[in-house]
Amino acid sequence: MSTYTTEEPTLVTDAAVSTRLSSLDTLESEAIHIIREVVAEFEKPALLFSGGKDSVVMLHLATKAFWPGKVPFPVLHVDTGHNFPEVIDFRDRTVERLGLKLVVGSVQEFIDRGELAERADGTRNPLQTVPLLDAIQRNKFDAVFGGGRRDEDKARAKERILSLRDEFGQWDPRNQRPELWNLYNGRHTVGQHVRAFPISNWTELDIWRYIERENIELPGLYYAHDREVFARDGMWRAVGEVSQPLPHEEVITKTVRYRTVGDMSCTGAVESAAADVSAVVLEVAASTITERGATRADDRISEAAMEDRKKDGYF
Amino acid sequence: MSTETSLLGTGLSSASLFRFATAGSVDDGKSTLVGRLLHDSKAILADQLDAVARTSADRGFGGEKGGIDLALLTDGLRAEREQGITIDVAYRYFATDRRSFILADCPGHVQYTKNTVTGASTADAVVVLIDARKGVLEQTRRHLSVLQLLRVAHVIVAVNKIDLVEFSESVFRDIEADVQKVARELGLGSDGVADLLVIPVSALDGDNVVDRSDRTPWYTGPALLEVLETLPAADELEAELESFRFPVQLVIRPQGALAPDAVAAGLDVEAYRDYRAYAGQITEGSVKLGDQVTVLSPGHEPRTTTVTGIDFAGRELEEAAAPQSVAIRLAEEIDIARGDTIAAAGTVRESTADLYAALCWLSPKPLREGAKVLVKHGTRTVQALVRNVTGKLDLATFNLEAASSLELNDIGHAQLRLAAPLPLENYLHHRRTGAFLVIDPIDGNTLAAGLVKDHPGDHEDERYVI
Ligand SMILES: Nc1nc2c(ncn2[C@@H]2O[C@H](COP(=O)(O)OP(=O)(O)OP(=O)(O)O)[C@@H](O)[C@H]2O)c(=O)[nH]1
Ligand SMILES: [Mg+2]
Repeated sequence: MSTYTTEEPTLVTDAAVSTRLSSLDTLESEAIHIIREVVAEFEKPALLFSGGKDSVVMLHLATKAFWPGKVPFPVLHVDTGHNFPEVIDFRDRTVERLGLKLVVGSVQEFIDRGELAERADGTRNPLQTVPLLDAIQRNKFDAVFGGGRRDEDKARAKERILSLRDEFGQWDPRNQRPELWNLYNGRHTVGQHVRAFPISNWTELDIWRYIERENIELPGLYYAHDREVFARDGMWRAVGEVSQPLPHEEVITKTVRYRTVGDMSCTGAVESAAADVSAVVLEVAASTITERGATRADDRISEAAMEDRKKDGYF
Repeated sequence: MSTETSLLGTGLSSASLFRFATAGSVDDGKSTLVGRLLHDSKAILADQLDAVARTSADRGFGGEKGGIDLALLTDGLRAEREQGITIDVAYRYFATDRRSFILADCPGHVQYTKNTVTGASTADAVVVLIDARKGVLEQTRRHLSVLQLLRVAHVIVAVNKIDLVEFSESVFRDIEADVQKVARELGLGSDGVADLLVIPVSALDGDNVVDRSDRTPWYTGPALLEVLETLPAADELEAELESFRFPVQLVIRPQGALAPDAVAAGLDVEAYRDYRAYAGQITEGSVKLGDQVTVLSPGHEPRTTTVTGIDFAGRELEEAAAPQSVAIRLAEEIDIARGDTIAAAGTVRESTADLYAALCWLSPKPLREGAKVLVKHGTRTVQALVRNVTGKLDLATFNLEAASSLELNDIGHAQLRLAAPLPLENYLHHRRTGAFLVIDPIDGNTLAAGLVKDHPGDHEDERYVI
């Protein structure tokens, strides 16, 4: 992770004002403005933090927004119970390093209590909605920061930066508030809450260029490594406790990396030799396929998979 | 490996951002045009194109001939695909060798005008589509009025479906003349605020979208993408002209009463014991160390002091400019809170509680005289009373007609009395400090986009704070 939090101030003499801000600086500035607005206008915000690259960038932006103060809100993780162990480890180390409070909503506990049922396909991504809403209500969070980006999916492309959710966490895409200039209206009634998406306008490539520029640490599985995998649904799936090959699925060792890290049972790896961040930036710039198309089985189920999940209160 | 040099070819090194939106009447081809731009600039990845090709085939798009319904690239909601219309704005991203674009594909249907205003409010340029077979329609006039109201820096009119009128020059010229007439009546393209360009295109076939077409030999101007790549962004146009404005979002005081011991991990607590800075985003102009600034807070006389620090995440800057987010330290310990404004000394007016405004009414709940509303301006929200509605724009004549209420999609003028004074500035010259929201105090919904006008009989340079 970048060292800016441990360094004493250094004087920047080549003031960056003579030319227009680069697109990355503009996006960073916009995101910080949104994060500060939400903190100023809401009573109890929280940030969704999974250890995935978008949420890591979100947390990095939050630390910059309040420097030299601490990030003034807790982080919230919905643990599917099928996460990559190295990602959970990364999550815990990061939270500890920044001295933050971590709230965990557990899909497994809901299943154990019989309040959620395992799906036939074994995927737990769609099961995250109920524990998420439960954690929001239980902790009385009135705003939840998400790392959703509009370039991820055509339904996300339609969402406002501040997105109002009703008592059931539902998104009503046909009736969104106008969102004018950079004046964000976060008014809500009791029981409603707001999802805030400060990095809405970032693309996958922006995220990687920013990670490179800011020297941000990520879980190792984002970079090329050797792993035992098998082919399913046109993706490379890791062999693990919750993702076992069927008898006809041959296990081989490949050099892979992950473009998204979600539930192990539905996230696939891509073959890649990109072992460091600059190699990943180049790979993403040259990619001919979207990150979700490449790596998420759950989004391939139907044309409106994401829209349906979002309407029900998903991230 | 040097990423910067190897990325130059893909145009993704350090390009600046340019935001544009589409507008125009329903079915004029906005989404198809956006799909065409994305497709021809190779911004569509293989899996997205496959998905759209499958859906197009399922729906029998293009009849016998087949083809891809490019509108499906942005019409991402199920209801949109089922009805074949756009309901809400879709944001898409693409980059060329010259710049990175944020593109907002807006709906044309009158019912969803509020979403089109949303898309246009942040745009550097708006592409207004006109169906060559239909010419300028009422909705075209409505959208052009909105763009004029919002002072969108560049308006490009694309006369679309030129393939359906046999690439006829005379059809194009007639529409072009109509557009010029509307623009003149509206005052678009005059006074150096917006420029106006008219281009014949076929969104479906790609003529004059990315490359100039040889099917319109009589058109000698640039293709749409060439224009979008070279227009200056709004903040480039304005940077030189504007004085420093900084609405305070929050106070960063790690050792303050609100947040004892809240210094970030790894920092020396002692070093920041007395730290106090005002966080915000510079909305206009720029600021340097040592600059004299005036602080405007309600209930206080304007106070003038000196900038002693401009901080950004552990770096001390010598200067900063819009739209940077920074934290500013001042020489004097003065009481400053969220909602206050820091501005270059000698450039601001006194705050006022009388608000004269143009409103773009976006709610089915009409505006009535005597109503109580909330006004959100910068980082401050205050109560307000609607004293009177002073006029409503007639889309047929562009005259301001007498009115006592504003209904959904009306553009009108009104006078409001604020419960507390605000540092209001004319939107004509200050796109940020001249903009506000009208909010319903009951359900919290946004009712209108508001644009500050001068007080009647006011002269620019009176009421200056020293
Ligand atoms: N022949 C021809 N048809 C076109 C052209 N552009 C769009 N169309 C067709 O016009 C219809 C409407 O296109 P859309 O792109 O959905 O229109 P829109 O302006 O986005 O509509 P709304 O967003 O609902 O206002 C579709 O059937 C398109 O295929 C064109 O240049 N030539
Ligand atoms: Mg459309």
